[in-house]
Amino acid sequence: MKEKQPTFYEEVINEGLSRKDFLKFCTTMAAFLGLETSGVGQIVHALQTKPRLPVIWFHFQECTCCSESFIRASHPIVASIVLDKISLDYQETLMAASGFQAESAYKTVMEKYPGEYIVMVEGSIPTENEAYCCIGGRSALQILEEAAKNAKAVVAWGNCASSGCVQAAKPNPTGAKPVHKVISGKPIINVQGCPPIADVMAGVVVHLLTFDRIPQLDELGRPKAFYSRRVHDTCYRRANFDAGLFVESFDDEGAKRGYCLYKMGCKGPVTYNSCGIIKWNDGLSYPIQSGHPCIGCSEAGFWDNGPFYQHLPNTGAFGIETTADKIGLGLGVATAVGIAGHAIVTNIRKHRNISNSPTVDSETLKES
Amino acid sequence: MRSRSIPLREVYVWEFPVRLYHWINALCITSLCITGYIIGDPPALMKGTEAYFNYWFGTVRFVHFVSAFLFFFNFVFRTYWGFVGNEFSRWYNYIPLKPSQWKEIIDVIKVDVLQVTHKRIGSIGHNALASFVYFITFLIFVFQCLTGFGMYSAMSNAFLPNLFAWIVPVLGGDILVRQIHHILMWGFILFTIVHVYLVFYHDYIERRGVTSSMIGGWKFIEEDIVDSLDENTNDKTKK
Ligand code: HEM
Ligand code: SF4
Ligand code: SF4
Repeated sequence: MKEKQPTFYEEVINEGLSRKDFLKFCTTMAAFLGLETSGVGQIVHALQTKPRLPVIWFHFQECTCCSESFIRASHPIVASIVLDKISLDYQETLMAASGFQAESAYKTVMEKYPGEYIVMVEGSIPTENEAYCCIGGRSALQILEEAAKNAKAVVAWGNCASSGCVQAAKPNPTGAKPVHKVISGKPIINVQGCPPIADVMAGVVVHLLTFDRIPQLDELGRPKAFYSRRVHDTCYRRANFDAGLFVESFDDEGAKRGYCLYKMGCKGPVTYNSCGIIKWNDGLSYPIQSGHPCIGCSEAGFWDNGPFYQHLPNTGAFGIETTADKIGLGLGVATAVGIAGHAIVTNIRKHRNISNSPTVDSETLKES
Repeated sequence: MRSRSIPLREVYVWEFPVRLYHWINALCITSLCITGYIIGDPPALMKGTEAYFNYWFGTVRFVHFVSAFLFFFNFVFRTYWGFVGNEFSRWYNYIPLKPSQWKEIIDVIKVDVLQVTHKRIGSIGHNALASFVYFITFLIFVFQCLTGFGMYSAMSNAFLPNLFAWIVPVLGGDILVRQIHHILMWGFILFTIVHVYLVFYHDYIERRGVTSSMIGGWKFIEEDIVDSLDENTNDKTKK
């Protein structure tokens, strides 16, 4: 028998927060999700009437930075309610239970809410040898497959669960794979970033709760509300990019003036994330604002995409520090040398064509 | 004065649309390579000033994009002409499906590249090896347009670029798209160097007027070659 679940709103009030706090939270979320004003009402309504989401939160091959990010969401409600209550179900880092008790906690969720609960995954899944990540004697893959079977959706937190992150970087010794490569037939939301922005994580949870369906995703499975624009498109240094004003080294005049970090290897032009808008740590700042180029942490394979402080990657073809431009230039020189050689040989080997000796003409005519 | 008298026939090889395509293409590729290189590795032209007063990098990118659109439509046009143009510009010249084309490819390698045998290559348009290389460059054009417009689709709601947006998820993200786009630039540069050299080479060796054929359209071809190809046509003044 199902006991009645308290709604999200009831939990908030029980925690001692005011209705005003609650409404502020709903408004912020509506703004982050890019909803119209009426969307605020929808969120308020949903959080007041719907029971909270049953959630199982797994930690596989990861560093827990996603959880760390989440509990630093700009609005304390997220941390105190969403996460506290999630921990009631199953969250390895934050839950009080341990051992068999903990195991039974998530089994209970699976049995009580089939088709309703959400599986949230932090970390990648080793496939080379499943033993690289085991919890309670079972492998990450086994656990995930079992839990995902009756889940409503799977949320892949961060780069590890979305694309493998550092564990999957070459040579990927554990055969680490992201969720979407090992689970099929379930809606999977890739909440990218290393870690994802806390408010983005909260936004995804609120969206699931309010609209009862997964948010609109881009081709790489990321929620469009947060990942449809490049960091470059919302970067406040963009005017410097267009003006051709670039930081040339971290301590130069340009760096002090806040020029564009493109030549310091900024991956903003190829990275889709909300850093320029929502920013980090309660909207305080974001990497580029602090003078550091974007390293592309919300893109697949960002560890393998060349040095963070270089625009072009090293190809690894001839020695470790060769870029496509250096190889291209080398090939260009080689071609020029080849051409010079060919031209010389031509003048020797084809001198009869060149000087039109009549014998050649009749000879070649016969041959053709 | 040295001179010689040999039976030659003027053949109209490259029709005006083909020539126009060629030079627009050359112009676009030059512009795209220069602006592309600058986009990939912008020089430190200015310092100690404010963004408010400048827009040179934006202009370079703008030129890149305008050239890119021109390049694309020009290429689309040439593809169309490959189905309606004269026999020398038709698509089947470029894809070696016939054994005779492969035979000529081997011949050209022996005669012109390695220079181990000396015989006359009798094709009037491009020789089979050249055609095949152009076919490969066409594939590079396609890929450069795919990656270019794929990147461009992130900053545009226009119809055309978004037709190419699918390349980004296929390659797993913009970064690889950008890297491939950058590497392919070197394909264009290397091709151009070799291409220009070989035009000079053929003009020097064969003296059929290859270079000027891309200006006026006519080549000077040995009469017996034209005759052998023209057996079925009686009108020997044209073709
Ligand atoms: C001859 C053909 C072309 C060459 C050689 C070329 C070369 C380049 C190079 C070297 C870059 C710099 C990449 C980097 O950041 O390292 C670039 C950027 C770019 N190219 Fe091309 N390109 C060509 C055609 C095109 C076409 C057809 C398009 C279609 C729109 C295009 C669109 C772009 C875009 C959008 C960028 C990124 C610019 C930015 O966002 O700052 N390119 N190109
Ligand atoms: S700092 Fe990076 S994201 Fe910002 S404008 Fe420059 S290249 Fe783009
Ligand atoms: S600026 Fe780039 S690297 Fe930094 S957090 Fe944002 S997406 Fe990740």
